[in-house]
Amino acid sequence: MLEIKDLKASTDDKEILKGLNLTINKGEIHAIMGTNGSGKSTLSKVLTGHPAYAVNEGKILFEEEDIIDLSPDERAQLGIFLAFQYPVEIPGVSNEEFLRIAYNIRQKYKKLEEVNPIQFFDIVKPKLDLSGVSIEFLNRNINEGFSGGEKKRNEILQMCVLDPKLAILDETDSGLDIDALKAVSNGINSFMNEDKSLILITHYQRLLDYVKPDFIHIMYNGRIVKTGGADLAFTLENEGYESILASVN
Amino acid sequence: MFIRFLKLKRFYLIINNKTSCLYKSLDDQKIMNAKTKETSLEILVNKPYKYGFRTKVETDIIQKGLNEEVINLISQKKNEPTFMLNFRLKSFEKWKKMSEPKWAYLDYSVTNYQEIRYYSAPKKKKKLNSLDEVDPELIQAFEKLGISLNEQKKLTNVAVDAVFDSVSIGTTFKEELAKFGVIFCSISDAIQLYPELIKTYLGTVIPYGDNFFTALNSAVFTDGSFCYIPKNVKCPLELSTYFRINDEESGQFERTLIIAEENSNVSYLEGCTAPKYDTNQLHAAIVELIALDNASIKYSTVQNWYSGDETGKGGIYNFVTKRGLCAGKNSKISWTQVETGSAVTWKYPSCVLVGDSSNGEFYSVALTNNYQQADTGTKMLHVGKETRSRIISKGISAGNSRNSYRGLVRMYPKAANSRNYSQCDSLLISNKSCASTFPYIKVENSTSLIEHEATTSKIGEEQLFYLLQRGIDVEQAIGLLISGFCREVFTELPMEFALEADRLLSLKLEGSVG
Repeated sequence: MLEIKDLKASTDDKEILKGLNLTINKGEIHAIMGTNGSGKSTLSKVLTGHPAYAVNEGKILFEEEDIIDLSPDERAQLGIFLAFQYPVEIPGVSNEEFLRIAYNIRQKYKKLEEVNPIQFFDIVKPKLDLSGVSIEFLNRNINEGFSGGEKKRNEILQMCVLDPKLAILDETDSGLDIDALKAVSNGINSFMNEDKSLILITHYQRLLDYVKPDFIHIMYNGRIVKTGGADLAFTLENEGYESILASVN
Repeated sequence: MFIRFLKLKRFYLIINNKTSCLYKSLDDQKIMNAKTKETSLEILVNKPYKYGFRTKVETDIIQKGLNEEVINLISQKKNEPTFMLNFRLKSFEKWKKMSEPKWAYLDYSVTNYQEIRYYSAPKKKKKLNSLDEVDPELIQAFEKLGISLNEQKKLTNVAVDAVFDSVSIGTTFKEELAKFGVIFCSISDAIQLYPELIKTYLGTVIPYGDNFFTALNSAVFTDGSFCYIPKNVKCPLELSTYFRINDEESGQFERTLIIAEENSNVSYLEGCTAPKYDTNQLHAAIVELIALDNASIKYSTVQNWYSGDETGKGGIYNFVTKRGLCAGKNSKISWTQVETGSAVTWKYPSCVLVGDSSNGEFYSVALTNNYQQADTGTKMLHVGKETRSRIISKGISAGNSRNSYRGLVRMYPKAANSRNYSQCDSLLISNKSCASTFPYIKVENSTSLIEHEATTSKIGEEQLFYLLQRGIDVEQAIGLLISGFCREVFTELPMEFALEADRLLSLKLEGSVG
């Protein structure tokens, strides 16, 4: 599904990704962990085409197509979704309208019929329950006045509605209480199937208790320095980054 | 009508009173490579002003300059009765003693009033009775703008009065309206045909000495619209006027007067464009509205005058005085404006709430881009008891522009138990644009209530990216952000205007985010 080869990217003339390699197949859940400043969020921004980041070298192949020259919306239409670490507020635009427009764009891309608000409501209702978002959120403006946990749940709701092929969840678990974490994990697990791929960017073991990863990667200094199975997370919790990084070097 | 203005294909669905916009790119411009810092956020093409063309039509002109001779000539060309000439001459005398006001937060080079041509009318051989007699070149100009007077008749049920430079070209639907007793004609015609109405009402809401520009207008106005709704009549059509300044050196000084008698109501739409010139052209208009007991007038404007180029050269000076008098009990006047053009905009559509329980409203979206400047707002003067006013002002500043809201809410001593609600929101799109608010509040009684709210926000790269990451393209994303911001105002516009206003704002803002 996704193949990243020797990716080097920078922002403000500072190189952050220094030759990153990663391969993700369909049906796989990959967790990316690492210290602050290792480049985890940068990776998610570069993958989705954020304008503040420039790719200096390397390739990003999504379903075997190089997407480096594509704009963010084009990449999104191919089926790449990012659940933001800090979702912005957009006053004046209702959640419902925004979701419906985005949904219809996906429909159009898949050569399916677009839906009107009434049909859309039927589609969105079950997903609301799945991601633990209540109905009145639909009429509120995007993320306006939402608490941190509500914003994260809204991201998962959008993921469920837009049904992408590859979803990148950037620290979705940060700031969530146990119940919210369970709700969000439910949403993620029901979304996931053998045709999709997931990248979970996280600091903590907690989320990985609920959403079991196939692979765990540790990032350091703009590169992936260690890859392991689910047990790598336990090791990390017990020993911390320092010792693991020491063993790599 | 405004729809014709833009000649766009529309892809709008209207469901449950909310509009859902499915935009489509006008051009097939490829979005820039996301590799570099210049990305999809900076759109490559700044849509050129589509209405910048000029029409070659034989015109009847007076020499440039302003003096008594010119005024006499204007009055003569229009065959005016003496009272009108006297009104003009008195105004001119007053104007000579006044000086151009300087208090606005605006920087512009002052017009040389002697370099303007005060009368320019397409030459016509005889008085026009029907559209068939209009100079075909003129009709063509209107058609180019998307206003086919004939088309209007069949499709939209809007009676259109088109003013080309100084003359009202034709007023469709006159006969239909006449059945209801509604008069809708050019002000020049009204002066001839209904002098008593003119004598009674002209200059009563805005006296000629009100300010420098009203004195000028009262001396040299050449045309505009006149509208009279008799008692108990709800005007069956939306009335519309469309103004165009064609001649480079002429100013446009139109004058509109609308009278709504007891229990009547009317909705009036005004749209404007002008060709591109390097020099600035002056537009100093006057609009007077009078609503008697239980009457209501809704006046909507979508203004798209030429704003000057990206360096700030050229563009219209839009210095307009608009005022509504709620003379009767329970009367209502509502101003809705979308200002997107003009190099310099200076206007305060206002309401004088004299009748008890009368109601004044002001809804405005003012967009400035490049080097445009706007100092606009409203005055709500509460004179009678239990009067109400509502102000919703949205300013959007992009580029290097300067956008100011200036409002006055005044509760006079006898305006017991009156209320005002004001909300002024500013949206900054670039780092160099400027938004200011100058609210003035004066309360002279102890039972009135005034509420004022203001917000300032910025469209950021992150908001745009959020929408893009959900698959929404740039044009549509900007459209969503802007229309969300302006929603409260757009819902006040007559529906057709609302859809196009949405689109107009998006067009005007292309290339400005970042």
